[in-house]
Formats: sequence, C-alpha cells, structure tokens
Amino acid sequence: MAPSDPFAAADILLEASDLTVVRGGKEILAGAGLKVRGGEIVTLIGPNGAGKTTIIKVVLGLMKADQGKVMRRPGLVIGYMPQRLHIDPTLPLTVGRFLALGGSRGNGKGRARAAEVLGEVGAGAVMDTPLQAVSGGEFQRVVLARALLREPDLLVLDEPSQGIDVNGQAELYRLIARIRDRRGCGVLMVSHDLHLVMADTDEVVCLNHHVCCAGRPEMVTNDPSYIQLFGRQVAGTLAVYHHHHDHDHDAGGNVISHGEGEDHHG
Amino acid sequence: MDEFLIRALIGGFGVAVVAGPLGAFVVWRRMAFFGGTLSHSALLGVAMGILLGININIGIFAVCAVVAVLLVILARPTQLANDTLLGILAHASLAFGLIGLSFMEARRIDLMSYLFGDVLATTEQDIALILIGGGLVIAALVFLWRPLLAATVDEELAMVEGVPVKAVNLAFMLLLAVIVALAMKVVGILLVTSLIIIPAATARRFSTTPEQMAVYAAFGGCAAVAGGLWGSMSFDTPSGPSIVAAAFALFAVSLLVPAFRQR
Repeated sequence: MAPSDPFAAADILLEASDLTVVRGGKEILAGAGLKVRGGEIVTLIGPNGAGKTTIIKVVLGLMKADQGKVMRRPGLVIGYMPQRLHIDPTLPLTVGRFLALGGSRGNGKGRARAAEVLGEVGAGAVMDTPLQAVSGGEFQRVVLARALLREPDLLVLDEPSQGIDVNGQAELYRLIARIRDRRGCGVLMVSHDLHLVMADTDEVVCLNHHVCCAGRPEMVTNDPSYIQLFGRQVAGTLAVYHHHHDHDHDAGGNVISHGEGEDHHG
Repeated sequence: MDEFLIRALIGGFGVAVVAGPLGAFVVWRRMAFFGGTLSHSALLGVAMGILLGININIGIFAVCAVVAVLLVILARPTQLANDTLLGILAHASLAFGLIGLSFMEARRIDLMSYLFGDVLATTEQDIALILIGGGLVIAALVFLWRPLLAATVDEELAMVEGVPVKAVNLAFMLLLAVIVALAMKVVGILLVTSLIIIPAATARRFSTTPEQMAVYAAFGGCAAVAGGLWGSMSFDTPSGPSIVAAAFALFAVSLLVPAFRQR
C-alpha cells in the first residue's frame, strides 16, 4: 500500500493495517490491511475462506483482531449490509418496520424518509410487504435502504448481490455506483462478481489471508499473484469486459478514466 | 366462585400476560431450548432457597441468572454447540436440584408441586409477587423493546448501528429468569417453557406486527389458564398440566384457521 501522506490522510474514512486474526489455530488474517477514502469504492476480492468477511467484521468492530489496528475517522457513520440476513419466519415484520429498526433519526418523518430511500434503491413498492415475502433482489435493496437511512459516510457491503440473478446483479452494482456518485460516501464491499464490479471500482484489494495485491482494477488483474489466485480464464474475462468500457489504457497498461473519479484521485 | 379459584386465575393471568410477550421473543430468537434449560435449573434454585432459608422465587431467579451467565461464558472456551451446552446445564442442574431436595426429605418437600405447579394453592403473597415481578418485567420489556427487536432481527447489524447487543441480550435472559421463577407456581418447572412458547407460537398466525404477536400471545396465555382451570375443576385433573393442555388445544385449533382461509 502507498505510504499515507498528510493530504491523502485528510480524506481517509477508515484505515486498517497489519491485521492478524487467529481462530482455532488457523491464521485467518495475516497482516492484512485496507484503506477507504471518501467517495471511493474499494472492492475486496479473494477465494472462499480468504478472510474477506473476517476483515470486514474487524473494521466494523464486530470482531477483535489479535494484532494490528483499525483507525476510523472520528464520528464516522457506517451503513452496513451483512452477508446473510436471516429473518426468522416466525417474526411478523414488514419492510417498513424493518427499516424503522435501523435507528434513523426523527421518528415522525421516519416513514416518509424510509419511503424516499426505498424509492432511491428501486424498491418503492414493498413498504408494507412482510420481509419474508419480498424477492431476493428486493430484500437486498431493502437491506441497502436500511444502511442508507443512517446517512452513512461509509457503506460496508458484504456480498451485496447474494440471491440475485445475473441481470439483477449488474443492476445492483450500478445502483451502488450511483449512490456513491450522488451521496459522495465511501464504499467498501466484498464481491465474487469480479467482472461486474470492476468497472465502477476505484481500488481492488485482493485478499488471501494477506493482501496479495491492491490497486486500480487494471493493475490488479495483470498482477501475477492475482492471475495465480483466480486462474487465467477469469482474468481473461475481465480483460474482455474492460474493452467495452469507457476508458483507455496507457502504454503501461494503467487506466485513464474519462472524467469520473479525478476528484477522488487527484 | 371459590376464593382459591379466583386467586389461581389472578396468579395465572399475571404470569400469562408476561409470558406471552417474552415467549414471542423466545420463538423469534429460537431460544425455546434455552427456556427449558432455565426452567430445569429452577429446581436447583428451589433447593438452594430452602437450604439457605430464603424466598424460593429469589433462589430460582438467582440460579437461573447464574446459569444464563454461565451459558454465555462457557460458549466460547468449550466450543460446544449451543444445544449441547444447554442440554448439559439443564440436566446437570436438574440432577443437582433433585439431589439437594433429597437431603430435605424430612421436611416433606412436595416435589410434585414444584415440578408440575400448584396454582390452586396460590396465596395472596404469591399474587403480590407475581403482580410486582410481572409488572417490572413488562416495564423492562417495554423499555427494551426496540433494541431487543433490532438485536433479534440481526445482532451484528444492530451492533454496527449502535445497539448495546450484549447488554440487551443479558437483560433479556434475566427477564426470562424472572418469568421462570414466577411461572413455577402456575405450571411447574417441567412445564414452564410451554406456557412461554405455546401461546406465542399460536399467536404467530394471526399477527402482522411484532407487537400484535406479543399481545395476542398474552391473551392466548390467559385463555389457556382459564380453560385449563375450568378443565381441572370439571374433570378433577392436575391444574398445571391442564393449563398446558388447554394452551396446546388452542395451538392445534389455530393450525386449522389459515388452512381454511387459503381455500
């Protein structure tokens, strides 16, 4: 990772460094770290069991690391979307009530605000539907809405596209990018859908207990350790995908994006 | 109506009104077995109460509270599945309770009344205890409602959103310990869980909000108490089991209702 200079540090929402977590004699994280700046989408990728969810839990304060430290900007408000949210079928809860449980401020305007945010994530019609009756895609949007209702500075999303078909997944990632553009919040997410996420991601962190490689998507996908981890085929798919996109590569293979993002990476 | 029957009804209603809403949380959180463990350990509380010469209800509450805390503390180092740990503590405490009581045979302990309740012997003192204890539990539950519900939906999400989940969970377990101590008089140690979970399970089918389910469970529990006492008087059956049988009958009937609606 790049050494932090005082200018960049000013916009850092969250920085974790040198995290080590040992559970049951196994090293789940071995000196891993990551950094999220305001308005930046950081995507965490890696094979199953690589410690992606663990590092998310550590930076959220849900789990204690055996070593290393996590620094958050003081007063940072985090909106969190867990990997699996199981709502017991015996709990009669409508979407509206679920959203109200998130602790959004201002009870009187709570419902109107909830309706607004549900609209923002494209799930405006389900306000009074029982949670157990909404579709997988709607459910993920509802959980996202709950995170957004906190007016977060940082969104933390653990595999947000679970239980959604491929078309819906692409749509959800576009929605996340739009939310970032509109609200200017930072986004830290775990994803398996590399080819779908890469386009809107500013920084990729490839994790396999330690950080194998990190950087702009194009840098990472050309990194030998990345190719070794995911195989040439997946890496190849990504290369193809990138040709459809609205940016160019310079001689060194680095990306030159058009317009978007320069305010984050001056 | 006979005075002892009125006392039994008041005591039974008092317990049912509190057990219903707590039972809803037990059902939502899948803690039925936990409730069973607490109630099994209550017999140890009875033995301790008698041995130390303190109020039996306080003895039960203390032992239940210790068991609840032990469950939380032991979960990590033993790495045993939760239900295994619950089974160990439930039956170990029941065994120790029975052993403890066996030392007091001379004082003619009515074991059956502890195991299966003796609501028809409810005294005015019992009623006072149920109303005060139950009132406190309800007040605490109203105060804790929102954070407890948030923690029930998803603990980690609630934690990130600033809910003190561990404190809330502990408070909930202590409330359960209180209701186990209070309900022992009505249905007995071995049947306490049923008075907590059956009315809540029955209420599920008629509820569209968590609050509705809690309130319906309270009413359902009262209906079970009334029905059980009526049965007990009419057929000369033991009161505690009769109340549980009535609760089950209500549950069984409730299963038919949505089936009708769907057709």
